Amino acid sequence: MEILEPIFAKNGLIVAFLFVGALMLLFNWFSKNVLNNRIPGVALAILAALVIAYFGGEKGIASYPMFAGMALLGGSMLRDFTVVATAMGASFEELKKTGLIGVLSLFIGVTVTFFLGVIIGYGMGYTDPVDLTTIGAGACTYIVGPITGSALGASSDLIAISIAAGVVKTIFVTIITPIVAKRIGLDNPGSAMIFGGLIGTTSGVAAGLAATDPKLVPYGAMTATFYTGIGVLLCPSVFFLIIRFFFGG
Amino acid sequence: MKIYGVAFLALCFLLGQAIGRYLGMAIGIDGNVGGVGFGMLLLVIINDRLGKKYPMLQETKAGIYFWGSMYIPVVIAMSMILNVKAALSGGWVAVIAGIVATGACYFLVPVLSKWSKSRAKVS
Repeated sequence: MEILEPIFAKNGLIVAFLFVGALMLLFNWFSKNVLNNRIPGVALAILAALVIAYFGGEKGIASYPMFAGMALLGGSMLRDFTVVATAMGASFEELKKTGLIGVLSLFIGVTVTFFLGVIIGYGMGYTDPVDLTTIGAGACTYIVGPITGSALGASSDLIAISIAAGVVKTIFVTIITPIVAKRIGLDNPGSAMIFGGLIGTTSGVAAGLAATDPKLVPYGAMTATFYTGIGVLLCPSVFFLIIRFFFGG
Repeated sequence: MKIYGVAFLALCFLLGQAIGRYLGMAIGIDGNVGGVGFGMLLLVIINDRLGKKYPMLQETKAGIYFWGSMYIPVVIAMSMILNVKAALSGGWVAVIAGIVATGACYFLVPVLSKWSKSRAKVS
């Protein structure tokens, strides 16, 4: 251990490669031989990763110095870089076909999610327009929530709740997508783009689609990536004005 | 050379980030609006337009495909560094808002897909 620890700590990214590879090997084997592929190995591996993160700290497993490299492999730089690389498999014709409806699904997704979030917040005893807007924004993504909250001057515990709502959403989407994919017709590029626009959380959408059918990842990710931008645009401005109109303040 | 593919990918990525950043500034947000999406669009469009005349060598493509195939491991690593404990302790409002509001959108996927298909038929 005394010899291994500094080696692990010094070569964080390499350790992350080994650890993730081993985890995927284990769960792909388990899915194939024990579950007869009923649940995709990738979905199991992601679920296991979330459980592991629970036993970590604020930064999940990366809170332990030995696994600090996981933050690099799973950080936004490599995430975005690899997502862009998946576009190599996407067809331009498919994108053009779904272009307009993809944009429409973005606006519908942000609007429905925000107002449902507000209604739930109201139902659970929040009445202040700033608080309600922050909760609704958090239901969109864990980036929209804090940006909206700080723009409106919400208190820090409300901002924490909005981040939590966004993280819960990401986890929920990751787990539930492969399970319901067939029932909602998520099996072609067009519906994947609509799905990405409606759901929004890029990491959740991409992880969920990866566990469903990796070929759909670029289409879903393409629309989802605009969701946070639109959410950040609408929530602290138009939506806040609407909420303030109804709840006073 | 594989590095040509990786470099091309890096170029699309960085241009996309820059466009997203400028778009964010233009609408008054200190952030990146759709940078990843623009990067993907650039990759697809350049590949579509130039690819017909100057098809990319297999070896060059392999550099891009490698990073595309690293996507799932990256997502697993990302799941391992989320603050899951905080998400679960954020109280019920976070859990319910996160799940119910999202769940509703799942029902809209088939609705919009259907609408999109019928519209395609008309046109």
